[in-house]
Amino acid sequence: MEFFEQLLNGLNRGSIYALIALGYTMVYGIAKMLNFAHGDVIMVGAYTLSVSASLLGISPYLGVLLSIVFCAVLGVVLEKIAYKPLRNSSPLAVLITAIGVSYFLQSLALLLFGSQQQKVASVINIPSIYLGSIELTGESIATLGVTIVIMVSLTLFIKKTKTGRAMLALSEDRGAAQLMGINVNRTISITFAIGSGLAAVAGVLFVSSYGFVGPYTGSLPGIKAFVAAVLGGIGSIPGAMLGGVLLGVIESFSQAYISTQLSDAIVFGVLILVLLVRPAGLLGRKKIEKV
Amino acid sequence: MKRFASVFAMIVAMMMLAACFAGCAAKGGDEPTGGAPSSQPAEPGESTPAADDGEEIVIGGIGPVTGDAASYGLSVKQGAQLAVDEINAAGGIGGKQIKYLFEDDESDAEKALSAYGKLMDEGMQVLMGTVTSDPCIAVTDESSKDGILQITPSGSAEACAQYDNCFRICFTDPLQGRSMANYMYEEGVRKVAVIYDVSSDYSSGIYAAFVDEFEALGGTVVAAESFTSGDVDFKTQLTKIKATDAEALFLPIYYTEVAYISNQAVNVGLKLPYYGCDGWDGVIAQLEGDTTNIEGAVYLTPFVANSEDEAVQKFVADYKAKFGADPDQFAADAYDAIYTIKAAIEKAGSMDNDAIIAAMTEITVPGITGEMTFTKEGEPNKAARVAVIQDGQYVGK
Amino acid sequence: MKKMLNKKNIFTALFALAVYGLIFALVQAGALSRHFQSLLVPVGVNIILAVSLNLTVGFLGELTLGHAGFMSVGAYAGCLFTLNSTLPMAIKFPLGMLVGGLVAALFGVIIGIPALRLKGDYLAIVTLAFGEIIRSVVTNLSFTGGAGGLKKIEKASTFTIVFIVAAITVVIISNLVKSRHGRAICAIRDNVIAAESAGINVVYYKLLAFTVAAFFAGVAGVLYGHNLGILKPDTFDFNKSIEILVIVVLGGMGSIRGSILSAIIVTVLPEVLRGMEDYRMLAYAIVLIVIMLLNASPRFAALKNRLIHKSGKKAKKGEVA
Repeated sequence: MEFFEQLLNGLNRGSIYALIALGYTMVYGIAKMLNFAHGDVIMVGAYTLSVSASLLGISPYLGVLLSIVFCAVLGVVLEKIAYKPLRNSSPLAVLITAIGVSYFLQSLALLLFGSQQQKVASVINIPSIYLGSIELTGESIATLGVTIVIMVSLTLFIKKTKTGRAMLALSEDRGAAQLMGINVNRTISITFAIGSGLAAVAGVLFVSSYGFVGPYTGSLPGIKAFVAAVLGGIGSIPGAMLGGVLLGVIESFSQAYISTQLSDAIVFGVLILVLLVRPAGLLGRKKIEKV
Repeated sequence: MKRFASVFAMIVAMMMLAACFAGCAAKGGDEPTGGAPSSQPAEPGESTPAADDGEEIVIGGIGPVTGDAASYGLSVKQGAQLAVDEINAAGGIGGKQIKYLFEDDESDAEKALSAYGKLMDEGMQVLMGTVTSDPCIAVTDESSKDGILQITPSGSAEACAQYDNCFRICFTDPLQGRSMANYMYEEGVRKVAVIYDVSSDYSSGIYAAFVDEFEALGGTVVAAESFTSGDVDFKTQLTKIKATDAEALFLPIYYTEVAYISNQAVNVGLKLPYYGCDGWDGVIAQLEGDTTNIEGAVYLTPFVANSEDEAVQKFVADYKAKFGADPDQFAADAYDAIYTIKAAIEKAGSMDNDAIIAAMTEITVPGITGEMTFTKEGEPNKAARVAVIQDGQYVGK
Repeated sequence: MKKMLNKKNIFTALFALAVYGLIFALVQAGALSRHFQSLLVPVGVNIILAVSLNLTVGFLGELTLGHAGFMSVGAYAGCLFTLNSTLPMAIKFPLGMLVGGLVAALFGVIIGIPALRLKGDYLAIVTLAFGEIIRSVVTNLSFTGGAGGLKKIEKASTFTIVFIVAAITVVIISNLVKSRHGRAICAIRDNVIAAESAGINVVYYKLLAFTVAAFFAGVAGVLYGHNLGILKPDTFDFNKSIEILVIVVLGGMGSIRGSILSAIIVTVLPEVLRGMEDYRMLAYAIVLIVIMLLNASPRFAALKNRLIHKSGKKAKKGEVA
């Protein structure tokens, strides 16, 4: 009984990680950059929802839409200003810039909203399901459902649409893709728009599940999602889903049955073991190096 | 990329130059590492323009106003500001106005030391800080060498008052842990579950003392679960506790996490009476008044915002008017710290550091966190009050 | 030993002596404010950290996000040594640094092993994971003081000691990268397969770089602990590793001179920005982004060239990679 409850707890956690990891992995796979500011875009999405509900008084559903649009635009703007000029620099330079962007978003939120966490009402209206004494909240059901839907539609989008295939081509070989007439700037902009829009969805579901948002809300989930993305194989969309859910379940089980104190160490230990056995993550493709 | 460094050499050189000028303008020549502990106020009469004419008393404050712990530092900064403004409006301390300077330390010991250095450059005579324990301990080493009075509003680790010149307004962690253990045992609780923050010395300090005392009394801690700062999902810990026969849940943590835990306990179907520590103060504002989940929770606090006391009422009203938020315990502690400094200086009758520090043990401060006197060890003597949360209100008990 | 006494090393030594003399004179004359005096040790510690991280990130070309982990292990080992030893401070402090460095180096070997198998972002995350594991374990051990950490460490890190250790670090690492070993390490960065086929022992050199870098990070940790008087596991989190990485990237990968300069800037900049109060961190973030963007801009590169051709012939000669 307790085992089943803990499994559900893990799934619930994991589905949030998975949702965030999807955005991470998508931007990484196509733009080939670790967007460390991704976690903070989640925070921006959550604040947008909070502000639109409390200050502007829009209905929650419109608020969600506004949040997605705002984050998508923010993503594109950030890419144009901060990342695009560095497209030919070393990946590390881009990483540091992304960290700068992350600090920027956090400090801005601190100045605008103060250090206190704000309570945000849930936008999910699904009634809870009771399995015996366990409550499976509407938020959990919604998060899991939304994550699966997004994973499937992202996969379809990339495989079936023209833009999606352009993204795929870009991720294989940027130079060759450009020669084939793919508009690199436009495709990367779209990637960032989708990635940041996904971050907004994650932000909305995150605050709906946990109820509060603060300037630093995004940083820890951001890192956890990064770990999840790598665990699943960074760049792989089903990998992000698998990595996220696995991470949540491992976390939950190690806290439940080994030690809450050492759970961080256990989670990261598992990650290292997995990577030693499968150096490109669970579902990642191994690149063959040609001489 | 490499050559770029050379350009920056110039910028650095300029910054260093500017720094030197700033240094010349401010107080000069202390030994690089301490030197002899000078009990004299660091020659304020000669080189510090601010204290030159003796018109002003310079009180410094240090605390985190950016970073994860920013909310504590901001409360302290604002609470102290309120007290300083009141005192200055009423004519200052013995006719001298207070000059109040506050520096950010991001709750980092290294940053706190440079903040301390900057404040000393600006002629600081008394330090109100630091807000968090770790930086506070690092700063006490310096302040004791300089011989100035240091009062921390909220540094609750024991070592925060390790020197003769250091005092604190709040309770120590072990004291809180022991008090709560006794209180809960007297209430008839015998089996208790605890969730604490393993990465915080505040939380683990209270937890350790609580366990010792509670088990010595004859109770048992049936579950001791922890988390790491920043965690927001506590359902696993709560599910584990649900499987035990705990009669009560003790949460020696800050209100932000209490808010998460109280919501998630409902989800996993855990219904236990809550007990907490002074970090709980602020939980009602965090939950926006909806306290159905923590109705009847009991926690230890020196400060109850809706107490009948007139001084408290005035403080709460003024704070709200000035900063647009409800004051928490940090703000109240800082407010009291400033009035304690005032009382000590008035008692000493001069700005001589030794006299001010000696005066600390002779004063009685009618603070909003309770009337207090101070021991030579730097601890406050004041009554710990127990507050209960009822219908979205804190009620003193 | 003969090699160590070439013209360039002597020049560097004289230059370092001059810098030391200048700062010492400033401090003695009281011209340096206490605020900036308190930054001298952190600057030195950051120089050691940045120069040592540059060895793995800049010269070996492996991205690591766990440098703070090595620093933490070294700091705890060294500080526990000085706390528990009854020797006089003048003897036990250098010994403590050695102990801290050696223990950190041991961890460097352990973490270097996965580095043989992984690369790029995967290695980055494994080093990050190692750093977090170390932090989690240190928080839960009783002899490290748990979350409260170590207290009452003697504040023995003076400017003089830190300066000497930083100078030694710079000399050792810059000579290492210019040596045969250093060329092997750079060859691995440029092309592993080519390096291997040229007969370079990749395993050995990768481990060497990790171990040496970890050793100096450990030493820096000991200095850090003896500057603050307290150690806390929280300090050595992922953000600390990032901070060191920022210094290295800002200064230029594979440029030791750059690392030194940028360590000074990154330590001093937030303190100079104190006047901006609440906008300080925002300003810091913007400066960081702008510097990275300027670095990549071709027009700015041209400007830099013009400036450097006037003043910086020597800087060019001193470049290592």
